[in-house]
Amino acid sequence: MFQYILRRLIGLAPTLFGVTVLIFLLLKVVPGDPARMVAGPDATLEDIALIRAELGLDRPLWVQYVSWIGDLLRGDLGTSTRTYNPVSYEVGLRIPATLELTAISIVIAVIVGLAAGVIAAIRRNSWIDYTSMVVALLGICTPSFWLGLMLMLVFAVWLGWFPTSGRGSWEHLILPGITLGVGAAAIIARVTRSSMLEVLNQDYIRTASAKGLSERATILGHAMKNALIPVVTIIGLQFGYLLAGAVITESVFAYPGMGRLLVESIGFRDFPVVQAILLIFALQFALINLAIDILYAYLDPRISYESRR
Amino acid sequence: MKAAADMAPALAVDRSRPRSLWSDAWARLLKNRAAVFGGVLVIVLILAALTAPLIAPFDPIKQDLRSSLQPPSPTHFFGTDVHGRDIFSRVLHGAAISLRIGALGTLIGATIGITLGLISGFYGGLTDTLIMRVMDVLLAFPGLLLAIAIVAAIGPGLENVIIAVGVFSMPEFARLVRGSILSAKQQEFMLAARVVGARDVRLMTQHLLPNVLAPILVLATLRIATAILTAASLSFLGLGAQPPTPEWGAMLSDGREYLMLAPHVATFPGLAILVTVLGFNLLGDGLRDALDPRLRV
Repeated sequence: MFQYILRRLIGLAPTLFGVTVLIFLLLKVVPGDPARMVAGPDATLEDIALIRAELGLDRPLWVQYVSWIGDLLRGDLGTSTRTYNPVSYEVGLRIPATLELTAISIVIAVIVGLAAGVIAAIRRNSWIDYTSMVVALLGICTPSFWLGLMLMLVFAVWLGWFPTSGRGSWEHLILPGITLGVGAAAIIARVTRSSMLEVLNQDYIRTASAKGLSERATILGHAMKNALIPVVTIIGLQFGYLLAGAVITESVFAYPGMGRLLVESIGFRDFPVVQAILLIFALQFALINLAIDILYAYLDPRISYESRR
Repeated sequence: MKAAADMAPALAVDRSRPRSLWSDAWARLLKNRAAVFGGVLVIVLILAALTAPLIAPFDPIKQDLRSSLQPPSPTHFFGTDVHGRDIFSRVLHGAAISLRIGALGTLIGATIGITLGLISGFYGGLTDTLIMRVMDVLLAFPGLLLAIAIVAAIGPGLENVIIAVGVFSMPEFARLVRGSILSAKQQEFMLAARVVGARDVRLMTQHLLPNVLAPILVLATLRIATAILTAASLSFLGLGAQPPTPEWGAMLSDGREYLMLAPHVATFPGLAILVTVLGFNLLGDGLRDALDPRLRV
């Protein structure tokens, strides 16, 4: 098992290397000369050349990349060109907010998605099944920014149950949490349903029913355990997508997380912050996927930890 | 003899109606009510997009401040926005914009992705490793983030959104095609084609590609939905279409400022996105079931 984890970690390295190269290059393509921007409109050509040398922009691209990576590894994410604070400080302020939001969304998504999926599978072809699958389909097709605004309109503006925007109390988390979680809940519900249906058709379920086990015990004790294996993968994948979805949800609800900071920073052309946030999102996504693979290997004993020949 | 005579009509019936994968699939698709519904939505949208300049009752861009923020009425079916523009007309014109982004973005992504997937699966080895590693890197950005990153680098605007959506769709096509090629490559018709002296390009385009057309069609239909949603999200964030373009996501973004005063401004563009994405998803799911019942999720 340890070897398996180690091998997966090593396997992650080329992708992460590629991710850093891509993020580094993306923001080298950006039109406009950073040295000229720092120098200001009255600068002479010599001034600009001096600043360029000072910023290290006259060095070959790969030297710039290596020094950027070196800084990253030492925990230096650069300086925000908007606030002149260290990027790590700016981003650090926003990380807890985004984690809070994604955590509550995934909880909502898992509870609602699992419940809907299991009930739909047990009561196959009933109105409950049809309703939950239609709702799930709509959940997948609804743009989250529109859903967020509609929830805000009904529950914050008209009914006044929740605040419209911002962060502070737990009430601030409910509407954004639902907005962000709906898509994931819908997909979890669909996968749970089809996985449960597949398991319910297996012989050992019929045996369990035949030997007189109650429906409840059959489903909870025998079916669920096996049906959940693919669901775990989907939950992990959705968790990764929630990070990206947070960009939109946070913008809708003016919620001060990393996603909103990303959009703001793009607007202000604050590229060190943009780079850092993209990197953090990609790293989180990679680690979540890794964790899921490990959990999967643990849950499903048929997956071998030995290296493939 | 009698048995043969009995069978003759049956054979005749079979011959008069040639059955191919595509005609079978078409028959199955028409039996699927959800897919037909999705297809009808898509056709209506395409018609709306094509005829928008003719049937839209008002100019989508010209401002008329005297009729600002009017609620839906017989004159303005969906009401007006803060600049007094007719939202119904803007939604109609928006259909053309969204469908164009969805179709072009997916086309770009599919073309490059299919080519890379073919090369990757056909040649294998180092070429394969390199191409798929690059795709892994692109897939390392969850969901919308890759598109956001690209637009952050090359700037906002409709053309750039199409490019971003294209790059964002590419890896899925590359993976799908590579996977299908790997299994198709082992089959005997490939050996036969090689024996008669077919060259690599011919092997790829004439022999391998037709075998993966069905899954490509399914993926493309579903990806159009994703592309439209992605483009609208970018515009909503202010990274896509810029005012006064009647793009649905951008219209929604305008509407959120008047949510209390005039909720209809944000409501209708959102419904338009929902209907469009629903149409393509239903059609795509239906195509998958029709073309390959085994793929059913």
